[in-house]
Amino acid sequence: MLYDALIGPFTEFEFMRRALAAVIALALAGAPIGVFLMLRRMSLVGDAMAHAILPGAAVGFLLSGLNLFAMTAGGLIAGFAVAILAGVVARSTGLKEDASLATFYLASLALGVTIVSIKGTNIDLLHVLFGNILAMDDQTLLVVAFNATITLLVLAVIYRPLVIQSVDPLFLRTVSRAGGPAHLVFLALVVINLVNGFQALGTLLAVGLMILPAGIARFWSRDLTAMICIAVVAAAVSGYAGLVLSFQTRVPSGPAIILVATVLYVVSVLFGRVGGILRQLFPGRHLEA
Amino acid sequence: MAALHFHNVTLGYDRHPAVHHLGGKIALGSLVAVIGPNGAGKSTLLRGIVGILRPLDGSIHLGGLDSKDIACLPQSAEIDRSFPISVFDFVSTGLWRAAGLFGGIGKAARDKILRAIGSVGLNGFENRPIGTLSGGQMQRVLFARVLLQDASLIVLDEPFNAIDSKTTADLLALVKHWHAEGRTVLAALHDLEMVRNHFSETLVLARGPVAWGPTAEVLTPENLLVAMRMCEAFDDSAAACGEDGRVQPA
Repeated sequence: MLYDALIGPFTEFEFMRRALAAVIALALAGAPIGVFLMLRRMSLVGDAMAHAILPGAAVGFLLSGLNLFAMTAGGLIAGFAVAILAGVVARSTGLKEDASLATFYLASLALGVTIVSIKGTNIDLLHVLFGNILAMDDQTLLVVAFNATITLLVLAVIYRPLVIQSVDPLFLRTVSRAGGPAHLVFLALVVINLVNGFQALGTLLAVGLMILPAGIARFWSRDLTAMICIAVVAAAVSGYAGLVLSFQTRVPSGPAIILVATVLYVVSVLFGRVGGILRQLFPGRHLEA
Repeated sequence: MAALHFHNVTLGYDRHPAVHHLGGKIALGSLVAVIGPNGAGKSTLLRGIVGILRPLDGSIHLGGLDSKDIACLPQSAEIDRSFPISVFDFVSTGLWRAAGLFGGIGKAARDKILRAIGSVGLNGFENRPIGTLSGGQMQRVLFARVLLQDASLIVLDEPFNAIDSKTTADLLALVKHWHAEGRTVLAALHDLEMVRNHFSETLVLARGPVAWGPTAEVLTPENLLVAMRMCEAFDDSAAACGEDGRVQPA
């Protein structure tokens, strides 16, 4: 009975296995990126970038229909363009990055929805906005896995400057010129993972599997490494549970995954070891030292 | 031999000078205090020296020093203390010059880090997140990192602000130790008593240089008054500067 509910769908249906493999790949790469987004106070920047991807994906859709490969390529190009433009504008004018991004992403979202609606139906638009992880073919799965692998390798390369830049940016500038490039590479990784998430969760929710696990991790640890591990596990669990939920209740898979992550988040806010509400209300008797 | 040579340097933001027409030299191995009211350009000057702010005009020469041979102690307000990083990891970033992007941190380096943490009096704090430290403890952590950087030129931006007397004494001893080792130390300070007692050379800065030389000669009430007055408000519609005024050290 329990087997039928929790494991059965995956042994029985290939599309469920593919979807599970995809969410695990997304969790492995996206969650660490999300942790850095959060720690660098860029959570909403991630959200903004997710919208920025839309016109590129929409052009891909316009050229070759619901072909995930074309949409991915388009999304990557648009995402990079916006990330780099916003980064350059912020760096050369002193305008805060989030402000310059807001401009770019609003324009992109408007443009993207316009492009999709020129050719597509409302179903297409829904698909673009919320994704469809259950429709993933082998090729798409390989693209997702490839992107996740690249992300982890590149993140390992820029890890040190990225951490130092988050804590003490001025110090990094005095010892190295790696800070600027590391930041741009990080933005590129954000884009890659958003495009990855876009396959599964669509433009509007892609950032969810990055930011929510990061938020969850924040409530359980004060150590960066531990936070990254917790975030990855939280994302994978949300992905798995979301797929099961979606299978059993016919809720669309993308929203189901994000809803499970939200539940985990609420539990963390309430019961988290680091700054959870319950812990603050009932801290226990104060210690001796 | 000069560790630093200012050639009529002007530093600032968005064309507005914060340090205006500074010329002069800082000798190798000297212990220099930079004093002046808030907004006098002390931090700006230090940023220019460590190379994170390019001069609007003029230049700063590092006589024979590698630009990487400078250690800088920032004002702690510029550090994100909420970032989840331990004291050990934070201090270890001082090894950047040796380890760089990928270099490992071996047994010898770990010992060095632990020694640095020990010599600022923070034994046992290695695994504490920096967010849980007091202001004075954080300042000790920053000093430990400078210690690890092992640089010939050390630049300290208001290192003793809001620090209690015990911590100040401990950290000041470190500064004097660096001086004794022949390193050049430049510190932006507010405590005139400390400057008088411990720093041989002083630059009084108030956007432009007011006076520069041996502390006893420079630290006069007249100079301090001039410094107070010179720090006039930011003028949004200031005209382009044509003057080439310099003040040389006495």
